[in-house]
Order: sequence, then structure tokens, then C-alpha cells
Amino acid sequence: MANVHAHDTPNDGGAAQRKVIWKTFWILLILTALEFLIAFTMDHGFLKITIFILMTFVKAFYIVGDFMHLKHEVKALIWSIVLPMLFIVWLLVALVIEGEAIFDALFL
Amino acid sequence: MAATASSTGTVEPKYWLGGIEPLKASYGKLMMWFFLISDTFTFSGLLIAYALVRFSYPAYTGTPDEFVFSNLYWPIPEKVYEAVPFLHGVSLPLVFVGIMTFILIFSSVTMVLAVEAGHRKDRANVEKYMLWTILGGLTFIGCQAWEWAHFIHGTDEGTVIRELVNGQWVERTIFGANLVENQYGPPAFADFFFFITGFHGTHVTSGIVLNILIFYRTATGFYDRRGSYEMVEKVGLYWHFVDLVWVFVFTFFYLV
Repeated sequence: MANVHAHDTPNDGGAAQRKVIWKTFWILLILTALEFLIAFTMDHGFLKITIFILMTFVKAFYIVGDFMHLKHEVKALIWSIVLPMLFIVWLLVALVIEGEAIFDALFL
Repeated sequence: MAATASSTGTVEPKYWLGGIEPLKASYGKLMMWFFLISDTFTFSGLLIAYALVRFSYPAYTGTPDEFVFSNLYWPIPEKVYEAVPFLHGVSLPLVFVGIMTFILIFSSVTMVLAVEAGHRKDRANVEKYMLWTILGGLTFIGCQAWEWAHFIHGTDEGTVIRELVNGQWVERTIFGANLVENQYGPPAFADFFFFITGFHGTHVTSGIVLNILIFYRTATGFYDRRGSYEMVEKVGLYWHFVDLVWVFVFTFFYLV
């Protein structure tokens, strides 16, 4: 086990890792606070939604990368987690187009 | 694992019998990752179905100030979620859900601190941070229970809807929401609220049960005897995933 997990026995008692954890926490907190600020100051529209989605992905990157430690796994594992997410993108695009078609059929 | 081979001297690693960890992650961790992928698909299915129905309904076109509840268009979420416990009648849009988000992110931080303490086999700190994580999870579930109760009971005024009963248009005031009628908007809006936040709440609940189990096994010295705190890490992955899902639910259900 010990030779597989190099981080099992950190030299500095884990102080560097704890620093990263708290830094990630502040990033997540500030991003969420910014989302609130934008929610009440910006007019609703395409730009606002785009900003929200981008900020959500940044938050997801920090949670998955740092908290779930995926950033430090081997490349093959990272890709086997990230690539299947393309299916979600496909489903999202397909069903949003479908939803607009239903709207057109019902209300236009 | 490789450690078991050492008892019999120099044995070649068993490539196909668990002697080698594929992708340099242990069996349990790898399976947790693959379970989380399947769970991602389930949550995506729910959120994308929400998008489909959202786009098939008319959006509210007026200004936010003049917004009133109606089942003819999709509501603005910040007008629906504006109640906070003990502050009855005060309009505080999205404040309560913001507090819930903060609680869940914070419990994720204490979880990752427990994992970090586990790497050092620091039992006292694992116990401390697991307790904080359990407390955060319970608080979140409590907040969600309150939010559901408020959503189900509705506002003081209710909403007047027109409906066709036996060929006659009649007006009726409805309060709150359930699976068939909804004072805040189309019934589908309430259905998705119950299903998405309910499914997430179920995950939080099972996460709390797992966390309590981990805490118990840590406190009774189980992981010290085993010589590895990796179980904390595996349950940690699940707990962070629950937090991750909430980040997406928060954006796509409450903000957009």
C-alpha cells in the first residue's frame, strides 16, 4: 500500500495540503457570493445565464479536482471520468431543442 | 493487495488477481468513481428533463417587480424561494437557499480535512472533522425539511387559478404545491422541485448514515487496527459528489 499512495505519509504533517483545502474553500465561497451579487444586479438574459453556467463549472472543477483529488490521479483515470460527461452535453442539447419544438407546437 | 504478498516472501505481482491496482487507484476507490459516474447520469437526466419542460413552457416576460404567480408561465425562482425561518412575511429572495449552500460547502471542507487527517492516521482529528461533517449534513437536511414544508403550505395569500370544471370556468384559490397543483406556477415546476431536491436530499441522508458509520469505526479504532483510513476517503468521494450535485441544482433550479 505504502508504495502506491505517496501522500499517505506527508513530511510536513499535511500542512501544505490543509492550506490548499482552505484556499479552495475561499474560492468556492467567493464564487457563490458573486453568484448572489449577479443574481440581483444583472438583468435577466443570455449573458447572465452564461456567466452562471461558467461559474458553476469553475466551482465543479475545484470540487472534483481538489476535494475529490481527481487532479492528482493518473491521466487515464481523469479521462475515464471526464469523457463520459460528453453524453450529458449531447442529451442537454438534444432535449433543449426538443423543448423549444414543443413550445413552438403548443404556443406559436 | 501487494501487502499480503510480502508474508510469503518474493512473489510476482498477480496482474489479474488484484496484485496490481489499475489506474493506480484501489478497487474500492475506482468502483466509487464509477458509481458516481452512473449517479451523475441519473441527476443529469433529472436536470435535463427540467430543461426540456422549462423550455416547452412560456417564460415570464414582464419586469421582476410586477411578477405574480400564475400557472400560465414558468415562475422566476427568486420570487418563489424568498422565505426564511422566523422571519415570516419578510421577502428575502434566495437567502435561505444561500445559507443551505454555504452549510453544504462547509461540510465538504470538514470532510476533506477528515480525509487529510486520515492520511496521517490522526484518529482524534478524523473523529472531530467527521462529527462536524455529520452536523453539517443534518443541518442541511433540516433546512431542506423546512423549505419543503413552506413550499407545500404556500404563502398567506395563495394564488387564484381559473379552471374548467364540468364545462364551466370557475375561480379557486390554491395554497402551496403538491404533485398535482401548484400556486407558484405550472404543476410541473413543483413536480421537478420535489423530485430533484428530494432525490438530492435522499443522497444527503444516505451520506449522513455512511458518515456516522465511518465515525463509529474510527472511534472504535477499526481503521487503526486495519492500518488504513482509506474508507474515509471513499465515503469522502461520495460526500463531495453530493456537494457537487447541489452546486448544479443551485444554479439550474434556483438561479437561472
